[in-house]
Amino acid sequence: MYFANHNSHGDFILLWSVLPAPIRDKTRPVAGADYWLGSRLKRFIGTAVFNAVLIERKASLRQTNPIEKMATALDQGSNLIIFPEGTRNTTDNVLLPLKSGLFHLASSRPDIDLVPVWIENLNRVLPKGTYLPIPMICTVTFGNPIHLNPKETRQDFLKRAETALLDLHSRDGETADCPI
Amino acid sequence: MNNHFLILLIAVLAVLGVASVIGYFLKLRARDTGPDSTIENLNARIKAWWVMAIVLAISFMAGRIGVVILFAICSFAALREFLTLTNIKAADHWALVVAVFIVLPLQYISVGMNWYGFYSIFIPVYAFLLMPIISALRGETGNFLIRVAEAQWALMIAVFCVSHVPALLSLNIAGYEGKNLFLIFFLVVVVQSSDVLQYVWGKLIGKHKIAPNLSPSKTLEGLVGGVLSASLLGAALFWITPFNVIQAAGLSLVITLMGFFGGLVMSAIKRDRGVKDWGHMIAGHGGFIDRLDSVIFSAPIFFHIVRFYWDIH
Repeated sequence: MYFANHNSHGDFILLWSVLPAPIRDKTRPVAGADYWLGSRLKRFIGTAVFNAVLIERKASLRQTNPIEKMATALDQGSNLIIFPEGTRNTTDNVLLPLKSGLFHLASSRPDIDLVPVWIENLNRVLPKGTYLPIPMICTVTFGNPIHLNPKETRQDFLKRAETALLDLHSRDGETADCPI
Repeated sequence: MNNHFLILLIAVLAVLGVASVIGYFLKLRARDTGPDSTIENLNARIKAWWVMAIVLAISFMAGRIGVVILFAICSFAALREFLTLTNIKAADHWALVVAVFIVLPLQYISVGMNWYGFYSIFIPVYAFLLMPIISALRGETGNFLIRVAEAQWALMIAVFCVSHVPALLSLNIAGYEGKNLFLIFFLVVVVQSSDVLQYVWGKLIGKHKIAPNLSPSKTLEGLVGGVLSASLLGAALFWITPFNVIQAAGLSLVITLMGFFGGLVMSAIKRDRGVKDWGHMIAGHGGFIDRLDSVIFSAPIFFHIVRFYWDIH
């Protein structure tokens, strides 16, 4: 399962585009049902095009358990992409606090590899609320998978997941020496 | 004209062929000592040169429209690389949409139409004034001057300057009608071989670093050797230009020096933003701007000198 920072609707597509085809075919995004069932067009894109696992973000509206839904998809052999910030980040902060969903999923399926992914720049290509992208170089950086340690608390685990993401963020600022 | 084109094409292919053979033997020789990153990079560069030469030759065969489209594509790629390194915010989004999808095409359409009165002032005057208005209307004032200055620089470097290469086709030189493509060949070959020759001279006898903070591989020996040998090459190409030998040498000196300083300026920007290359689209070279930086700085100057002294206007 991939967990990534979330800036833009393009995130799914960018992440898909860099995965090798056989892996891409069985990778499904996890998305908010409230948003993606909001209109007929979004419903079509969300279910028919993205084949998303749609989960209810607001606890009061829940009829099914989102963790259960994601775990079932994993059991069926799918890879998942989740954005543990819970929504697109439009703030100046690099990363929003991670929601607990990542922890609950990791405790319900402890043997799943959780791969941190950092997506850079896409928020500038297509900021929230705009629909024409401007061309810019985007990068996708994958980290080593993490797992829930036995007896690890929710806070500790989320902190670790956050660090795993932020490490990738600072890594792509690395520079080497310049030839001509 | 066709005769000249054929001779030049064969000459370029021969040079690349020799370069490929040398690269191959260097690789063979290095096999005993293990893979050498300099030689691998050299071979990647030579391969990319093949692609660039072939693409340029095809665009020449397609004539004016082919050249205009090729450089419009280069501008698009360069603009993309430049914008990646800027501070622009969501508030500038519409200004940049205008830059990419309206300013860039209009600039190249007017170049294609020979409309000097438009393409020579459109970006420095109209885009310069209109883009900050669009950004200001969004009310986001943080870093405003930096953001609008970067957007204008992006357009000047990636679109305005690059478009002066195909603009050479619109010059009207007595006795040189229908041969303007050779001006582009002259500019590109002299400036790019200056880059290559500076690299070669620098590797062979380079000692004194010119700008250790900006570009540690640039040496005085490389600069002098590269610029002089590229100017000699330019002088030797006088027969495809409207210039005599002396003029061809003098113009070559100007454009190779501009090319050198262009590389320096673009390196300063990369250093400031903490990156090694502008991009990675051209294997071995980096991004489009890494390859075009010297052409970007020399093209407008070359264009205007030739226009001032040779064009009938």
